[in-house]
Amino acid sequence: MNPAFGSHAADPKPGTRGLILRTAHNLAIDTATLAQVDAEQTSRGEVMAEIVRHLTPFNTSDVRITGATVISKDLSIDSLAIMDMMLDLEDSYDISIPLNVVAEIHTVDELADTILRLRAERQG
Amino acid sequence: MGLFDRHAGIVEAYRDVRTTGADPFQIRMDRVLSPTEAIIDGRRTLLVGTNNYFGLTYDPACMEAAIEAIRAEGTGTTGSRIANGSYGQHVALEQEIAAFYGKKHCMVFTTGYQANLGVISTLVGQGDLLLIDADSHASIYDACKQTQAEVVRFKHNDPASLDARLRRLADRPGNRLVVLEGIYSMLGDSAPLKEFIDVCKKYGAYVLVDEAHSLGALGANGRGLAEEAGVLDDVHFVVGTFSKTLGAIGGYCVSNDPDFDVLRVVTRAYMFTASLPTSIVASVRAALKVVQARPELRTRLWDNVRTLYDGLAAQGFTLGPMPGPVVGVHLPDRATTIGFWRAMLDAGVYVNVAVPPATPNGVSLLRCSLSAAHTPEQLTHMIDVMTGIGRQMGVLPAGPRLKVVAQHG
Ligand SMILES: Cc1ncc(COP(=O)(O)O)c(C=O)c1O
Repeated sequence: MNPAFGSHAADPKPGTRGLILRTAHNLAIDTATLAQVDAEQTSRGEVMAEIVRHLTPFNTSDVRITGATVISKDLSIDSLAIMDMMLDLEDSYDISIPLNVVAEIHTVDELADTILRLRAERQG
Repeated sequence: MGLFDRHAGIVEAYRDVRTTGADPFQIRMDRVLSPTEAIIDGRRTLLVGTNNYFGLTYDPACMEAAIEAIRAEGTGTTGSRIANGSYGQHVALEQEIAAFYGKKHCMVFTTGYQANLGVISTLVGQGDLLLIDADSHASIYDACKQTQAEVVRFKHNDPASLDARLRRLADRPGNRLVVLEGIYSMLGDSAPLKEFIDVCKKYGAYVLVDEAHSLGALGANGRGLAEEAGVLDDVHFVVGTFSKTLGAIGGYCVSNDPDFDVLRVVTRAYMFTASLPTSIVASVRAALKVVQARPELRTRLWDNVRTLYDGLAAQGFTLGPMPGPVVGVHLPDRATTIGFWRAMLDAGVYVNVAVPPATPNGVSLLRCSLSAAHTPEQLTHMIDVMTGIGRQMGVLPAGPRLKVVAQHG
């Protein structure tokens, strides 16, 4: 046996590593028909709540996360973790946030605005 | 505000690192003895972090070829191939690499970093889409900064995540280029390439695979992951480096695209830097011949992979997801990792430290890379050293574990 091929046999499910568990919310918007409904209902409040949900584990202070929170400064989160959170948010809202746009997002408000804008562009 | 103030965070983190007494990022090898040993701090040290996968840095044929080339053509080319012209050796090497892959064209660069930077940033431009794995190498991320193309990341080794992004972008005009790696440099895992290729075909995307760590190691002929996965024909661009398996320095890109050679006059990382000295080119040509003539080096490398990977796993270490020439040993945090690294160095074993932000998902790793030149005794010794330190530091349970006998097929 080619030892090189043997190497992959040890990995039971290549490609599944790193997949997050799907929440009911993710499942709902992954479904094509529901996506439309969900899109129309995406409100700023919901987007903010979703972002805060993602960021809360990184909040090591007593200060609440608000729209003005500067993500990389006010929270204990490194730049890679921010980018990984963006990937999850992209999938939640079925949008793609380009890397150069990611670089311009500093506050929670800016992130919410970006999501809403890209969401609107997708529909429109 | 001073010029260096923006780096204050790094300076602080770096200061932490240095309190361990040795700086993992400024290790000095007083003298390198062989592909697997060096004198560090006056001590004979086992090297298990050099990417010297086939141990060719001291291969007699490669060394002789380099020495002969220096005698014949001197020490350097003193300019780029666009300005100063190509040496016969450059052209011959390009033909030999192209033939190795069964592709029509090859361009050689002065480093693998420049190959990725130049090729990726030039292939896509304004209006195009560049899709990269979230855990891509720095050279790929830097290419993203140099291109006008829109860059979108997908989740590491996750074809469904790529599919979702290509689907969202489906009605956008422009070319799509997807960049993957044969073996990821930190955790040592490989892309599920076949599945990725299926997604790329579905959306008409071009595929580039960086085989920096997989050249020689993967595939029946050592051509890398694309060969192993049986998809070399579906990969439009293969990028690689001479700095690891081939034991020298330099990079390359191969392709069948009929217009590929135009890159020579538009790729800045090729045009505006000096070409490789012919001594390097000659040693790389010799090393490529060794890779093709001595498949037993690949077998030996994988035997060593099994010894280290299975040995560390049996002792209870948490390792990267699949065995390979790069073995990432997970440790709980940065301080433990650096302490562990220091203790290993004191015991005469050198590996790499990989801590955030250089690592995916904020993990802290001791990064080991294996060589065909390692002996089983060296690796058994290393496992003993790591196990001892692991128990002492409380990373492993204190008592000795039952010996697990690994079955080798
Ligand atoms: C995945 C990957 N690509 C490219 C490179 C760059 O190679 P080079 O050392 O030839 O610049 C490296 C190594 O540093 C790497 O790990």
